[in-house]
Amino acid sequence: MGRISLRSVGLGLAAPVGALVFALLVCGVILSITGHQPFDVAEDMIGSLERPRTVANSLNSATTYYLSAVAVAIGFKMRLFNIGVDGQYRLAAMLAAALAGASFMESLPSVLRILMTILAAMLVGAIWSGIAGFLKVTRGVSEVISTIMLNAIATALVAFLLNPDRLAVTVAGSNNIGTAPITEGGQVPGIPYSGSSSDVFGLIVLAAVVGVAYWFMLNRTRFGFDLKATGESESAAVASGVNVKKMVLASMLLSGAVAGLVGMPQLLGASHSYSLDFPAGLGFTGIAIALLGRNHPIGMAFAAFLWGALDQTSNVLDLSGVPKEIVVIMQGVIVLSVVIAYELVRRYKLRLEQRDVGRALGTTKTPEEVQA
Amino acid sequence: MSASGLAVGVQETVAPPRRRTSPMIYFLLAIAALLVVSLVRVLTGAGNLTSSGTVAAALTAAVPIALAGLAGLWSERAGVINIGLEGMMVLGTFGAGLFGWQWGPWAGVLAGVVLGAVGGLIHAVATVTFGVDHIISGVAITLAAPGLTLFLAKLYFTDAPGGGQKQSPPIEDVPHVTIPGLSSVLADIEQQQWFFVSDLAGLLRGLTTDVSLLTLLAVVLFFVTAYVLWRTAFGLRLRSCGEAPHAAESLGVNVYKYKYAAITMSGALAGLGGAILAVASSQFRDGQTGGRGYIGLASMIFGNWRPGGVAAGAGLFGYTDAMQLRGEGAVHALLLLLGIALLVLAVVQLRAKRYVVAGVATVIGALFILWFALTDQVPPELVSAAPYVVTLLVLSLAAQRLRVPKWIGRTYRRGEGG
Repeated sequence: MGRISLRSVGLGLAAPVGALVFALLVCGVILSITGHQPFDVAEDMIGSLERPRTVANSLNSATTYYLSAVAVAIGFKMRLFNIGVDGQYRLAAMLAAALAGASFMESLPSVLRILMTILAAMLVGAIWSGIAGFLKVTRGVSEVISTIMLNAIATALVAFLLNPDRLAVTVAGSNNIGTAPITEGGQVPGIPYSGSSSDVFGLIVLAAVVGVAYWFMLNRTRFGFDLKATGESESAAVASGVNVKKMVLASMLLSGAVAGLVGMPQLLGASHSYSLDFPAGLGFTGIAIALLGRNHPIGMAFAAFLWGALDQTSNVLDLSGVPKEIVVIMQGVIVLSVVIAYELVRRYKLRLEQRDVGRALGTTKTPEEVQA
Repeated sequence: MSASGLAVGVQETVAPPRRRTSPMIYFLLAIAALLVVSLVRVLTGAGNLTSSGTVAAALTAAVPIALAGLAGLWSERAGVINIGLEGMMVLGTFGAGLFGWQWGPWAGVLAGVVLGAVGGLIHAVATVTFGVDHIISGVAITLAAPGLTLFLAKLYFTDAPGGGQKQSPPIEDVPHVTIPGLSSVLADIEQQQWFFVSDLAGLLRGLTTDVSLLTLLAVVLFFVTAYVLWRTAFGLRLRSCGEAPHAAESLGVNVYKYKYAAITMSGALAGLGGAILAVASSQFRDGQTGGRGYIGLASMIFGNWRPGGVAAGAGLFGYTDAMQLRGEGAVHALLLLLGIALLVLAVVQLRAKRYVVAGVATVIGALFILWFALTDQVPPELVSAAPYVVTLLVLSLAAQRLRVPKWIGRTYRRGEGG
């Protein structure tokens, strides 16, 4: 059996590595066609990773991406497609920021303030995804469509609430508007990174905790078992007594609660206010990372760091006249080629297994013997 | 995981006896709807509700959405979900920008169609040949397309005359046509503010005055689609791939080929929608599509996977889109319209003995009317949410009337039929 498990590890790695190589090739070709030197570009990007500040910022991006990926992965594990992480985290971050910045919070102890902010964000995220879950179990509305619609509605709601007449104030010295800034006691201090001017988000710890909790939930609890079972085979899960409707609602709520956390490291660690330039589109990044990391807690951590590093190192490219969007192209190619690679590997494995089974059967009994 | 998702909550309905609704019914429904709108106009004094200007703006806004919906229709009728419509539209806007400013709008439109088709082809390779989950492939295309176009825009548009890092140089518009004589007569009638008659005149004038040739092209494509998919052998085979591919295979249909054709056509139509969007706003801009691909998808669902329905859905979304530009009075009147529409739906559901749905529709409808009565205006930010709220309401209140292609979102492998 040892041989087979070695083979499956090799095959498991073949897909992501192959996809990365393929994406590098595609980007190299695009760069060459548009008159750039692919190797110089790669050298610039890798070179910038030697600066501590780039590493710290990559870790910060990865923290956010990881939370988003876990939110998506919880749905993926039972074949639920929560495209709405994007709307969930933006609405949650905005409302949590308004709460954290409110003046009555000033008098509370720091830990309580932070805890309340985070819980509020989880609650809002869960409510927003819960709408999609509710519509799915009661009316059979596809969660893909309903979460896309809820994303757009969240955009409108945030635009509505982020208005000086409602929850926003104008940011001093600019024409940006945002929620009232969170004062010292409500912020989460950063972790200094030697040689870097920017700290690592303190809430990177939260991302690690969420990762461990995700692993524990999947592998050590009844709920996680039911979740996976439903994803593998709905009919088998029903036969073994799983209430699928309840599971759909529960996992949507859970996914939304984690989605609510996505904006927290940035909000409590750096921005301290939800304003017009708060990062958007992180929910879609989460989908990409969950796919690349195969919904695995550790795989997604690597994928998140890769994504963060790609984003941060691309900043040097604009200096040398290469549009940094080459990285976005690369990310898109990775997502598509990694799923294709996984599919190819799956088919290849199936063929290997069939051959093994065939050989094993062949050595024990021939068809004639079976008939006899 | 698979795009078809879990079966939970989906009620297996026994197919109702096929009862073909005659075109006359739809005509009468349209008249009734206009009567209601007209009534609301008179009640609220929001003249903008049916003015020819609003109708013309709605038509312009509806065309890209309608083409995206039509694109979704082609793909989904062949059983493949195309959530990459947004990305393919982005490719279309870029194609129009790149070729449009140098060789004129028609070259731009053609380039948009070709680039969109390439996007569709990628989706086809991933979903049909490699059996990748349809939604994942679509999301990847939607992720990559804006990156690719912005990358190329920075290279090709930055130094071009009138261009910038995120926008192309100006593109000329295509010719517009007006039915001579009719327009001025209708304008006179519209001025009178008569109940119903003036509204009808406004509607007709908006549809016949200063219409872009590209709009006419889109209208023609709807008829072509309806004919090809429902009146030819090719269309029948294509739809059979979306309903029962293994049955189609057993009858000698090359399912892969039809799926490829359908998805490529889908990409081309989405690209056309994007190109028209760019030409109508005289340039390519980054982020120009603004989720129209998704609204197109919504209009397709709203339209129950039929060309006529898609057109109606896109018209509705285009109308709310146009309303946002037409002042707050008109937007406020929309609340009353939405409330009345929900009450009508409630009556329909009541007659079908679906009491819970009817009750929910009544409550929500009453809430909208209450909102209308208690306020003087609607915050403009919230209006942009209207198409999405309407889609959610339609999906959750009228889901049992939707007829989804049977094999939608599922992977098909040749020779694996049970």
